[in-house]
Amino acid sequence: MTDLTLLTLAEAREGLASKSFSSLELTDAHLKAVEDARTLNAFVLETPERARSMARAADAKIGKGEGGPLAGIPLGIKDLFATEGVRTTACSNVLDAFVPPYESTVTSQLWRDDAVMLGKLNNDEFAMGSSNETSCFGPVVNPWRRAGSNGAIEGTPLVPGGSSGGSAAAVAANLCLGATATDTGGSIRQPASFAGIVGIKPTYGRCSRWGIVAFASSLDQAGPVAKTVRDAAILMRSMSGHDPKDTTSANLPVPDFEASVGKSVKGMKIGIPKEYRMDGMPDEIEKLWAQGADWLKAAGAELVDISLPHTKYALPAYYIVAPAEASSNLARYDGVRYGLRAPGRNIAEMYENTRAEGFGAEVRRRVMIGTYVLSAGYYDAYYLRAQKVRTLIKKDFEDCFAKGVHAILTPATPSAAFGIGEKGKADPVEMYLNDIFTVTVNMAGLPGIAVPAGKDAQGLPLGLQLIGRPFDEETLFSLGEVVEQAAGRFVAAKWW
Amino acid sequence: MNASAKKPSKLLRGATGDWEVVIGMEIHAQVTSNAKLFSGAATAFGGEPNSQVSLVDAAMPGMLPVINVECVRQAVRTGLGLNAKINLKSVFDRKNYFYPDLPQGYQISQYKSPIVGEGEVTVDLEEGESIVVGIERLHLEQDAGKLLHDQHPSMSLVDLNRSGIALMEIVSKPDIRSSEQAKAFVAKLRSILRYLGTCDGDMEKGNLRADVNVSVRKPGEPLGTRCEIKNVNSIRFIGQAIDYEARRQIDVIEDGGAIEQETRLFDPNRGETRSMRSKEEAHDYRYFPDPDLLPLQFSQAFVDDLKAHLPELPDERKARFINDFALSPYDAGVLVAERESAEFFEAVLDALKDRARDGKLAANWVINELFGRLNKEAKSISASPVSAKQLAVIINLIGQATISGKIAKDLFEIVWTEGGDPEALVEARGMKQVTDLGAIEKVVDEIVAANPDKVAQAKAKPAMIGWFVGQVMKASGGKVNPQAVNDLLKIKLGL
Repeated sequence: MTDLTLLTLAEAREGLASKSFSSLELTDAHLKAVEDARTLNAFVLETPERARSMARAADAKIGKGEGGPLAGIPLGIKDLFATEGVRTTACSNVLDAFVPPYESTVTSQLWRDDAVMLGKLNNDEFAMGSSNETSCFGPVVNPWRRAGSNGAIEGTPLVPGGSSGGSAAAVAANLCLGATATDTGGSIRQPASFAGIVGIKPTYGRCSRWGIVAFASSLDQAGPVAKTVRDAAILMRSMSGHDPKDTTSANLPVPDFEASVGKSVKGMKIGIPKEYRMDGMPDEIEKLWAQGADWLKAAGAELVDISLPHTKYALPAYYIVAPAEASSNLARYDGVRYGLRAPGRNIAEMYENTRAEGFGAEVRRRVMIGTYVLSAGYYDAYYLRAQKVRTLIKKDFEDCFAKGVHAILTPATPSAAFGIGEKGKADPVEMYLNDIFTVTVNMAGLPGIAVPAGKDAQGLPLGLQLIGRPFDEETLFSLGEVVEQAAGRFVAAKWW
Repeated sequence: MNASAKKPSKLLRGATGDWEVVIGMEIHAQVTSNAKLFSGAATAFGGEPNSQVSLVDAAMPGMLPVINVECVRQAVRTGLGLNAKINLKSVFDRKNYFYPDLPQGYQISQYKSPIVGEGEVTVDLEEGESIVVGIERLHLEQDAGKLLHDQHPSMSLVDLNRSGIALMEIVSKPDIRSSEQAKAFVAKLRSILRYLGTCDGDMEKGNLRADVNVSVRKPGEPLGTRCEIKNVNSIRFIGQAIDYEARRQIDVIEDGGAIEQETRLFDPNRGETRSMRSKEEAHDYRYFPDPDLLPLQFSQAFVDDLKAHLPELPDERKARFINDFALSPYDAGVLVAERESAEFFEAVLDALKDRARDGKLAANWVINELFGRLNKEAKSISASPVSAKQLAVIINLIGQATISGKIAKDLFEIVWTEGGDPEALVEARGMKQVTDLGAIEKVVDEIVAANPDKVAQAKAKPAMIGWFVGQVMKASGGKVNPQAVNDLLKIKLGL
């Protein structure tokens, strides 16, 4: 039999429907792959028994012709999603061995549609990071490696990006057919690009945040990472939808996203924002961007130069808003009710010990930044000003869309994957700059998709980003498919 | 708003002259609602610890607040009852601080944009005086849980049943000038809330509690530095705390000291306030709009609909009683102060045969006989042994001259202690007023014949007729109509 883990989600769906194989076989193949790939550290918890029992249940339903849209499809779940009865830690020591008695809305919709959970995926602690190096479970290794001039593999292992590094690595290494992820400043799109796969951050409000460990509430949004644009569209349909338990979730019907994959993009106006042409941007990124534009043009889209004048303020403003919300969201991890408790002589000392021991350095840094920018006397200068910037960024996009632009094409990241330990040690801003092309989308609440489009000189995948109008993910799937068809798929050579 | 427009405020005497005390209040009123402000958990009082706690109340990871619309309605109703501006758009903010009874590490409150803006409350004082106290704002916020310090030798335990229950914080303007005014203000506010049904006003359970801001100044001078007395939970204590605090501040200033802005606690056992934390120790709450909640918005139609269904409030009811039954403002005020009392009186009115004739009589009976007796036995109106219906029957019997007022008091006593239908009791025990003039005449004649000396005195001094009336009433067991006796005696004595 062919290696079932090499299938795309859509192909596996077909195989299951035609009874070429069972979900149990498909699941077992993936469980075996997960086991063999432990060196990648993509999974922080494997749930093989649960997976097999879900697979059997799915097989029974498929047998009766009652399988849901994702019947029998093995998935990985980012450890930020609460999974009932299954340890959920956000990859932080502060949550210790926390087992939620509830299931996040997004994952419960996947199970409603008969998907299979293989286990929980690594991520940056509380999703704070761009390399998956802040996880309390240690870094994730990118399946991609740098090729030297003679074709040999060189240098240190690479990061898969972050915060959804485990999700991206697991999909790229064929450990699952798709994975849930979350994106607060680029945490879906940047790792997808680093791992040569597809990731979409839906419009803010498209997916419920209920049951997802919060980082920055006004920016957080769940979305899928997958092997192809079509797979991402299939997953997104199940993950989306209004949830009365999340006041910020949009009460809109969920379109059949898959139907827009392969739709013509003829006549669409695609904006090319001049502000995304950064000083010192590598040539290969520049070329990739131009190549992407050519592909879209060849497919009948019209390219227009646009301006998003407040782009340069987005990153600093983001690194005020996100930590501010995070400092408040993470206050609940106090050792009183659940998770880690480090004793102290009194309550204040217990708080201090618990939070000092429970949070890693990057989380502590952001909690302190957030506390600072919200404090009396600094609020107006930082938080309030950042919110004003946010409004202006949003308006930049609105102005472009009002002029008839359907979507905006940009690079997804300023570089390909870098080595573990290479960045951000001396200066955290070096790491923060990874989000330069992605944060604007979160600040404006827009949908953005990252699609692999080429490779850098070292043979590492690079992605392009398409930014869409609010709740118009369908256009992004159509355009993403054009890029994918032109660029082809990028598959890491197996070495683990 | 000038609170003391009617007459000069009550001043306190110090060694250096008169002082004026300036008081503003923040009232925390628990919203009457079956469910908490942002979670579906129940709000009943007295549940087993941690039995009414949802995942949201316990601040589990990934939980989100969803506004309970009934709490919004209650806040709007209250705002309308306070004649206040209703803000169609308001914002929930997070007030950040660490404490074990605060699971989220922040309280969801309203900071810059409250649901209700400025309003006013008219407060009746004794001797017919009244003041208007301005309302600065009303906002919705979450209550915290409760720490239990007496359950474990070395640890404190946390009960989250109260965590997340909706509170209204009602902030007055500094329009209050004495402890008496402050007590009357809280009593009036409590009455309005209870009429509206938006807060049960139960101060013993902590469902209504006050933070009291007190400062002193020489009359006409700018406001002094204030101290905030936290969480005072009875009207009596509010008065005591203000009296103590005002005197303390005057003493400090007159001794050459200065008042430090600080938060203080009232100790009811010692009747004094004590420093809790100074301004320097005050928290930096790092307020910011809660990103989990969209701004709270509703339409004017939503407000209008609530307004159209508001119950009659104490001021309106009082005016109606004065107008309909010619009651004194004081008596009407006594009747309407408590919603239950007013409703009892209304029930008596409803059972009267002639409410225009006997309404005032009924008011007198409720205030003097019933309230007097209830007070004496420390009973609440809801525990009254005499029902509104029974009292109305007694008043009907007086009104139609079946029994005299004096007999009515005996009858009231019998109904109070033994119960029963007053009409049947009057019948069975022969308490009916004698209206047969012949029978009365017989008694009058006997008494006149038996007391020739008194007759002589009465002829000289007509007021002596009262003695004869008394004798006749006594001889008849109070069952004759005193007016009829009086008329008859005038004839017999030739007055």
